[in-house]
Amino acid sequence: MTIALKTPEISRRGILAGLGGMSFCLAFGADGIRLVSGAAAATGDAIKVTPWVRVAPDGVITILTPGAEMGQGSMTSLPLILAEEMDADWSKVVLEWAPAEPETYGYQNGNARDMSIVGSRAVMFYFNQLRLAGAQVRKVMVANAAATWGVDAKTLRTEPSVVIDPASGRRLTYGEIAATGKVPAALPDVDKSELKARKDFRLIGKSMPRRDIPLKVNGTAQYAIDVRLPGMVYASALHSPVHGNEPESWNDAEIKALPGVIATVKLPDGIAVVAQSFEQAMGARRTVKAAWKKGKADGFSSVRALDDYVKFNTDPSAKTDMVDQKGDAKAAFAGAAKTYRQDYFSDYSYHAQMEPLNAVARLNEAGDKVEVWDGTQDPGRCRELVARTLGFKTDQVQVNQCLMGGGFGRRSLADYTAEAALVARAVRRPVKLVWTREEDIAHGMFRPQCFQSMEAALDPSGKVVGWRHSVVGDGGMVLLVGGMKIPYYGVPNQSIELRNIAHGVRIKHWRGVAHNFNLFAIETFIDQMAAEQGIDPIAFRFERMGATARTRKVFEAVAQMADWKAKRPDGRALGISISERSGSLAAGVVEISLNRDTGKIRVHKVWLAVDGGIIVQPEAAKANIESGIVYGISNVLHERLTLKDGIVEQTNFHDYNLMRMSDSPEEMNITFLDSDGPPTGLGEIGTPFVMPAVANAFFRLTGKRLYHMPFMADRVTAALKA
Amino acid sequence: MVSFTLNDKRISVDADPATPLLWVIRDHVGLTGTKYGCGAGLCGACTVHINGRAQRSCQTQVSSIEGAKVVTIEGLSPDSSHPLQKAWIAEQVPQCGYCQSGQIMKAAELLAGNPKPNRDQIISHMDGNICRCGTYNRIIAAVERASREG
Repeated sequence: MTIALKTPEISRRGILAGLGGMSFCLAFGADGIRLVSGAAAATGDAIKVTPWVRVAPDGVITILTPGAEMGQGSMTSLPLILAEEMDADWSKVVLEWAPAEPETYGYQNGNARDMSIVGSRAVMFYFNQLRLAGAQVRKVMVANAAATWGVDAKTLRTEPSVVIDPASGRRLTYGEIAATGKVPAALPDVDKSELKARKDFRLIGKSMPRRDIPLKVNGTAQYAIDVRLPGMVYASALHSPVHGNEPESWNDAEIKALPGVIATVKLPDGIAVVAQSFEQAMGARRTVKAAWKKGKADGFSSVRALDDYVKFNTDPSAKTDMVDQKGDAKAAFAGAAKTYRQDYFSDYSYHAQMEPLNAVARLNEAGDKVEVWDGTQDPGRCRELVARTLGFKTDQVQVNQCLMGGGFGRRSLADYTAEAALVARAVRRPVKLVWTREEDIAHGMFRPQCFQSMEAALDPSGKVVGWRHSVVGDGGMVLLVGGMKIPYYGVPNQSIELRNIAHGVRIKHWRGVAHNFNLFAIETFIDQMAAEQGIDPIAFRFERMGATARTRKVFEAVAQMADWKAKRPDGRALGISISERSGSLAAGVVEISLNRDTGKIRVHKVWLAVDGGIIVQPEAAKANIESGIVYGISNVLHERLTLKDGIVEQTNFHDYNLMRMSDSPEEMNITFLDSDGPPTGLGEIGTPFVMPAVANAFFRLTGKRLYHMPFMADRVTAALKA
Repeated sequence: MVSFTLNDKRISVDADPATPLLWVIRDHVGLTGTKYGCGAGLCGACTVHINGRAQRSCQTQVSSIEGAKVVTIEGLSPDSSHPLQKAWIAEQVPQCGYCQSGQIMKAAELLAGNPKPNRDQIISHMDGNICRCGTYNRIIAAVERASREG
């Protein structure tokens, strides 16, 4: 396969004229991605076009992929969708990165175009658009063959990369058609009814190997950190240990006297040291002694803030945002036969993607154009941010997409890329800027900590008829409320609220975002009520929570998979939870054990039944979900991030612990429910159920509850004594 | 000037003696398959073979490898034909892939000394290498496959 490391600046007319074979271009219309012919594209000044599909006379089909790749497989699965409807021979398909032009390559997101690969969106948001685009190419191939043979196109069919005339047995390959074929000025319309039936899929649902994997076993995979440019120098940054503060002064002369050091560059909230080699830049960074201005996060204590959240939750003067409201919660609680209330806490979390954040930047001689190399989840916003930072227009910025050594939500903001561009401009040389691991964590952007207050009102029959959920923390509607709504249950009266406090600490989406702590609160609260009512937790959800039909299906499936009612070996117990994210619904079970001496919980087995619609790449999707599960287990058992005096206390993997192989579950069983529905997000569905399922298993094992995630050994030990 | 053998080629580099081998391999020589993960010997992404032993190149000063035989992921096989590389593809192990050079080099050390490791031996040998994507079970399966298929 080929993956273009660098997307060359292209003359659109030039490339259209110069290519052998047929070139299908992409235009955007109100209805989504639409292909236009090369001829229309070349003359249509109002239409921005770039080659999207190219069919060469030798049969090689080039498809551009907009699927930013961080290990989840989108780079392969998105062009595969197009190839399916095109009926392309997948073995003849080569991939190239789509340029960072969301206005052309983005999916429709409200009124905007977006290339942001976040929120498990890639397959979900591109699916229909890429199918229609692929079907259009196929239609042109068939029309060309029909014209050549003088037959009605409707009588022809296709097999991978071949048009066939069943009446005569004649065949024309796509390559043969491309050699002489014509792309009409107006491409044929494709109606949704003309798309393939699910039973006719050759690629979708069949698990083709991911295209990036061979590059990842021999060292040839290109991450941004691997990019080397002629004359390139190296930079490393030291940011204000208290987030967001501007440097006032630093020991500039001392740093510049160090071997290899070329320059220091002031950043808005840090100092970059530029040197001939990276080890020199890193060494010089360690010698920086800076004075910083004061800012909002000075003095912040994450532990103390959690106490403040509890008070804030009942402070009548606190600003409250309504997240969701149904029926009359107040009346339901007033008339309740029984009420429950429980508080939950959750700490900050760090992404810890394995590739420390880095980018390469190069300005042209005139200093009015910049090229960046970045592993980004959002090439469009990367381009915008770099442009804004340099005072450029977006067309002065070219983003060259690289593979990502992990993303997990951190890499949809390219702050590090903007820094690389600033430094490259300051030193007038190509620069590779790499944050050290220590910098990556100290200057991280974290999943916010928060407090949750849960309340439920039960009627005389024991049904949950009233529901109150309040979240308090820093992150607002973007980072705190996801997963608070419970449409998968049927509680008639609900009041779901947010109380926000800003701390000045950098916060960000983190795989599964707020679903992690919200589902922890929701699903352990339900488990607690079920136990106190003496009812099986699945039955409680069905009989007392008004579980919907879709909810019942995932629970029934996972109960069967895990043999939910069967006795477990001594020292083992099961816990169960729903999982919900990005349109997907799942139910999961974990089997745990506990070392009562050390307080260490171990997850041994995991079962997850997922309703994710049509699964485009089942094996890759399973791997992605396994990854999400491990991410969740690692997080809830091992990872705790704290700030004291405004400074992150953890510095590297010795004190921010990531799960290792010896703690990996022995079994992870994932089943997809058969569905004809459109694909929904799978990249995060494996994570948010882990926290409540482990807590619920802990209760079944010990009779004790865990209310504060992560479940570090000291908290487990304290819970056992409670 | 330090001289050593890198992937069967004799090379000499002019680097500060204290420079970690990682940066010599990546930036001075230009072989970028070996990765920087933590710079503190905690994650294993920078694992290479030095005289047949898997070592953390971020913790190895270049001055200490004079005359040594260093092998990186690029030198494990000329064409991705090492049984582990084939098994890594068959089991679709890598996700983001960033740690996998180190994982494979660590696993290669294991199989060189113990062609038929059991599951516990695999885990205990590999436990120092972090994979943030959580591909651990697939790594185990791939090492078992490579051991089986050779």
